[in-house]
Amino acid sequence: MGLLDQIAEGVINGDDEQVAQLTQQVIEQNRPPKQILDVGLIAGMNIVGQRFKAHEIFLPDVLLAAKAMYAGMDLLKPLLIAQGIPSVGRVVIGTVRGDLHDIGKNLVGIMLKGAGFDVIDLGRDVAPEEMVRAAKEQDAAVIGMSALLTTTMPAMGEVVQLLKQEKLDGKIKTIVGGAPVSKDFAHGIGADAYGFDAANAVDRVRQLVGA
Amino acid sequence: MTETFTFSPDEVKPTRETVFENQGIPPGITVSGPVDSICEQALAMLARTAAPAGITGEISAAEFEQVYQGEGRNDPNTPVGGIFERADHLALFTVTIGERPAEEIARLFDENEFALASMLDAAASAAADNAAKLAERRYGDVLRGDGWGAPDGGVLRYSPGYCGWHVSGQRKLFDYLGPEEIGVTLTNRFLMQPLKSVSGIIIAAHRDVHKFAASFPFCRECETRECRERIRALFAE
Repeated sequence: MGLLDQIAEGVINGDDEQVAQLTQQVIEQNRPPKQILDVGLIAGMNIVGQRFKAHEIFLPDVLLAAKAMYAGMDLLKPLLIAQGIPSVGRVVIGTVRGDLHDIGKNLVGIMLKGAGFDVIDLGRDVAPEEMVRAAKEQDAAVIGMSALLTTTMPAMGEVVQLLKQEKLDGKIKTIVGGAPVSKDFAHGIGADAYGFDAANAVDRVRQLVGA
Repeated sequence: MTETFTFSPDEVKPTRETVFENQGIPPGITVSGPVDSICEQALAMLARTAAPAGITGEISAAEFEQVYQGEGRNDPNTPVGGIFERADHLALFTVTIGERPAEEIARLFDENEFALASMLDAAASAAADNAAKLAERRYGDVLRGDGWGAPDGGVLRYSPGYCGWHVSGQRKLFDYLGPEEIGVTLTNRFLMQPLKSVSGIIIAAHRDVHKFAASFPFCRECETRECRERIRALFAE
């Protein structure tokens, strides 16, 4: 098994020390950073995602794998930036105005990063105007919104409307999710996608950016 | 009259099975060694950081009717609307496990300890539910100590945000009960802080009063169907 395969294996097993050590090793061998990312780290996370969707593993296993991936990414990121290698896409995420529940949003962010996206996490209780402003400033392709309360869900529609008003709805896509959010609700407010869980959200964002 | 009380972290400690279930792991699954170890760590952390406390306040049916109307956003027909008028006793309640578990969860996420953070979150949610169960039991025990309930009395709790009781109902509940006394406050979007808190009404009535069919419009969207289990438990006692 090659070193990149071993990195992927380390991610799958959630072995952050092994991933960090091997990533450092291949960096010192001058392997292209993009290759290390795609064939090692992301390849490992892709298998983790497939196993999760097949119910062979569960959320804690995915999160252990994500930690291992981050251990490699911490070493790789400065090289990717230095070489001007773009991410799969940039996504602004946040829990909507009035809502302080951020676990779901955090999990989506972790899994998006695991899939190679550049994630700007605005935190919780984020006003619609702030979501749109951040997406514009960061040149994000997607805004991801999370809500756990029916009373805060309308803020998602406000973001969609703001994008329309600024004629950005074709350029910046939107995805919504959270316990009370449904596909019908997403369709009703004009969001581009709905993610029923973190893994599904990653798939939908991939589709939105054509990755 | 309101009453405040505390529980020990051990009293609200959830079972491993409940924590795993909250993590989406079905019953009977053998988890990996690392996941098993993370669950143990999360439960130990919860025991160190949780400070469970509660407050109850008895309320008449007429007063509760005002509280229950809230901001006028409830579903037209709700189970509680048909139950509370036939209650023998009613008490508003709020319980919390305190702010520190949430602070730990945030810290762990910041340190990339995602699995432990998520497991602690699942454990903390279950602990808050357990605190609500204990408050319900405690109120029932007080009533039974005063001679109420034998042989067919049943005590169950209901919360805003569920079963057609709109979450905006929190406002009047808080105005009446004053759970700020145990450190729980309400945001302008009706969200309790600390997040791991539960509020609602405890209804003591003949157990038949608690029976209702899960055929309300909102029942179709309910994923837990927890009411079925709770009503069944009343009749198993």
